[in-house]
Amino acid sequence: MRVEMKVNGVTRSAEVEDRTLLVHFIRDVLGLTGTNVGCDTSSCGACTVLVNGESVKSCTVLAAQVSGEEVTTIEGLAEPDGTLHPLQRAFQDNHALQCGYCTPGMVMASLSLINEHPNLDEKAVREGLEGNLCRCTGYHNIVKAVLAAQGEMGAKL
Amino acid sequence: MFPSKFEYRRVASVDEAVSILSQEEDAKILAGGHSLIPLMKLRLASPELLVDITKIENMSYIREDDGEIAIGALTRHHALETSELLAREVPVLPAVAATVGDPAVRHCGTLGGTASHGDGASDLPAALLALDATFVAKGPKGERRIAAKDFFTGFLETALAPFEVLTEIRVPKGYRSYSFQKFNRRAQDWAIVGVVAVRNGTTNIGYVNMGVTPLRATAVEQQLASGASDDDAAAAAAAGLTPPSDINGSSEYRAHLAGVLVRRALSELG
Repeated sequence: MRVEMKVNGVTRSAEVEDRTLLVHFIRDVLGLTGTNVGCDTSSCGACTVLVNGESVKSCTVLAAQVSGEEVTTIEGLAEPDGTLHPLQRAFQDNHALQCGYCTPGMVMASLSLINEHPNLDEKAVREGLEGNLCRCTGYHNIVKAVLAAQGEMGAKL
Repeated sequence: MFPSKFEYRRVASVDEAVSILSQEEDAKILAGGHSLIPLMKLRLASPELLVDITKIENMSYIREDDGEIAIGALTRHHALETSELLAREVPVLPAVAATVGDPAVRHCGTLGGTASHGDGASDLPAALLALDATFVAKGPKGERRIAAKDFFTGFLETALAPFEVLTEIRVPKGYRSYSFQKFNRRAQDWAIVGVVAVRNGTTNIGYVNMGVTPLRATAVEQQLASGASDDDAAAAAAAGLTPPSDINGSSEYRAHLAGVLVRRALSELG
């Protein structure tokens, strides 16, 4: 079947098998490999992307379901000139990544969280990221980064 | 992992879905997909046709209707969690919805989907059972209403016919006092046992993961109705039940846990 969706602001269209999962469409068809497959069972959050601005786990969504919608991946956050999104910069400044595998999902889940909740405290960040696992267990700095970023992010994505 | 091959079709109306479901042998309705797609990836389910109903308009709403709260079947957990109307009229539903999975899961999962899936380990079906909800289903011959007590019929089975679409869930107003006790060991885990207690004069109690379907704590409710103390009523928590055994706990452990959680719930009810 043909699916068409706006990915990071650009309309992308392809002929895919009906059973294609969104994460495979993003990685294998579009070549956007920033989005990772972790557990592949909607537990770890490494595959988190935004659909119409809200976090979803792209390993558990069909590309077909999202046809006609807007998708944002980690590649869509920085400016074209490479200037990092405030959330990415906060992750860098706070050493919020160790091996980096969970990072794209953490950033996308955090972005959705910040957009939904204007005044997050530490507890709300920890609860809001419960679906994203960091096997380096670097949670303290991830939480610090999200709290730092929300201050800088006046405007929505 | 990916599912075995199937055909995906999107429908624009409930009637269209009913018509396809009536003609096709091996079709399943796809809503948020967060129960069905994992099952399909594990090849525990392999329907030949998925009928995506999520683009049907006007099936996601929470509103007062005829003295009850009517919730469209496509209403997502996130919408339940953040609904001011529910917070005021049926506060147990936002409280329970907020513990399902994680935020990304709640952006996808729907109340109609979780109800139709009928998993005894899911939180929201137990809440709907405790609330004596009514399920509105549409089939080829029109609409019918199913009481919660008749809805959950077996392991992942409900009273819905294969060609029926659940369109609305109706819950009574008035259960303002509630307690939800979800016992698990890690963030985003399923409940080892969950207890949903609501009170509006009488006390209704729903169980999560105490059997193959969502259940009512009938023995506890009867004890309370006949004037027993909370402690005595809680002692009957597992009477007549055979809770499952799995990696998270034995049947005996769940029976014990149910008593503890019922006691906590009763002490929290206003």
